[in-house]
Amino acid sequence: MSEFFSMGGYGSYIWASYGIAALAMIVLLIATLRGLRQSKTELDQLETVLKARRPRRARTTDQSQTS
Amino acid sequence: MHRFAKPSVFLKLTGAMMPWMVALTVILTVVGLYLALIGSPVDYQQGNTVRIMYIHVPAAWMGLFCYVGMALCGAMSLIWKHPLADICARATAPVGATFTALTLITGSLWGEPMWGTWWVWDARLTSMLILLFLYLGYIALVNAFDDPERGSKAGSALALVGVVNVPIVKFSVDWWNTLHQPASVARMDGPSIDPSMLAPLLIMAFAFTGYYFIILVLRVRLELNQRRIRALQLSGLFDERAAANGDDDALAYDQGHNAGAGK
Amino acid sequence: MNAFVAILRRDLRLALRQGADSVMVVAFFIVTTTLFPFGVGPEANILARIASGVIWVAALLAAMLSLERVFQTDYEDGTLELLTLSPVPLELLVLGKVCAHWLTTGLPLIIAAPVMAVMLNMDQDGFGTLMIAMLIGTPALSLIGAIGAALILGARRGGVLVSLLVLPLYIPVLIFGAGAVEAALLGISAQAQLQIMGAILLLSLAAAPFATAHAIRQAVE
Repeated sequence: MSEFFSMGGYGSYIWASYGIAALAMIVLLIATLRGLRQSKTELDQLETVLKARRPRRARTTDQSQTS
Repeated sequence: MHRFAKPSVFLKLTGAMMPWMVALTVILTVVGLYLALIGSPVDYQQGNTVRIMYIHVPAAWMGLFCYVGMALCGAMSLIWKHPLADICARATAPVGATFTALTLITGSLWGEPMWGTWWVWDARLTSMLILLFLYLGYIALVNAFDDPERGSKAGSALALVGVVNVPIVKFSVDWWNTLHQPASVARMDGPSIDPSMLAPLLIMAFAFTGYYFIILVLRVRLELNQRRIRALQLSGLFDERAAANGDDDALAYDQGHNAGAGK
Repeated sequence: MNAFVAILRRDLRLALRQGADSVMVVAFFIVTTTLFPFGVGPEANILARIASGVIWVAALLAAMLSLERVFQTDYEDGTLELLTLSPVPLELLVLGKVCAHWLTTGLPLIIAAPVMAVMLNMDQDGFGTLMIAMLIGTPALSLIGAIGAALILGARRGGVLVSLLVLPLYIPVLIFGAGAVEAALLGISAQAQLQIMGAILLLSLAAAPFATAHAIRQAVE
């Protein structure tokens, strides 16, 4: 097992490469997911507030996306 | 084509595809990692360090692929004026920048044991570094505007200018390199690649592509949400003012121009 | 064509009236170049070796420094919006403004470059090629830079941003510009480099006005 991790003496370089790659990709994924969740809660809040304030115009919010 | 570019259709379609994409990417990653770390042979010249290649080369491919993708999106936004094209370009940039940076870092980690140096002004390394600068410029430009739509449009124009420039930069760097390159550094081209090494390389490349598409979908959604939040906030402000003034004009204007109200 | 000349004359007159623009660019160029001997030491051989590169890098930075203002003031006071509405193609007007930018920044740099070459102990064989290379290269810098200047209209921190956008695109001009001078210093013909620079100039002349005009229309719409 330790032979596998030492990679013929180059273990530190190889594991650093794979580690940094994994870290960067996971960080980007988590940042994206977190941003998505934040935007979703913010959107929900806004929509409920606006809907409560003006029930007759709740439809207009959909236009903003397609126009 | 236009049908798929509608945000609502996009959301529905990608929502259905998402679990499959995630599953496929996970499987590809696991198989790719197994082959790259355990299942592939040791290179007779480079020993185990050749395993860095299975990250390095696919990352380099993705770095280029993402830039071309951004430019294609830019072209689509220019020609067909799709709102989604700009958003796709914008969502691609962070992934491309990440992969380009990973190419440079893993290349450095490969170069140290093999060439004995972290960095050489080799043509490929230098071109990759400039590509990273182009990504950073794009990201900085896109985020520099108060109106995200304006930022995305400017970004699309820049991506197009950049993609015209990339071959010129590549050519000039190659030319510059042949003049200045000390011949002592071993080239990485090597002989044609063995199938037992090609398999993990390609599988890792597909896994990265899957990862890219997952992030793309998520970021496009994020962007759509943010635009909607902005539109709602603006219309909310409009409502408040209209209610305060008893002004019907503002409401009527708002009804039609929800998205453009910020201008 | 009249519109082209008109906008060229207008921009030139504005630049001359404010006066400081060209002087500032040249001063920046000279000061930046002067920093290098302090950085690498006053040894004549080393300075001669790096002279062509230093002059080109300083010229790049100086040309970039004044880019922000090519369209910025016109954008702020609304002139740019009127220009987009005029019947004359915007591309032509852009070309006029780029010409004015080159005449007020590129041309003074070409005149200042040999002086700095002397101070950096560059061999005299390179002077002619340096000036020819700059004559071909600086218009390309103005043209490419105009795209960046138009893209950042209305952006936050435009000045820093334009450098990040434009400098990577300047690299080919730098490589071949410095390469031409180096070839001349080695006694080789610099024709190949100069021809490639000519090709870059022609390409940017063909493409940059359209890209710039497109970016301006986005900004004012």
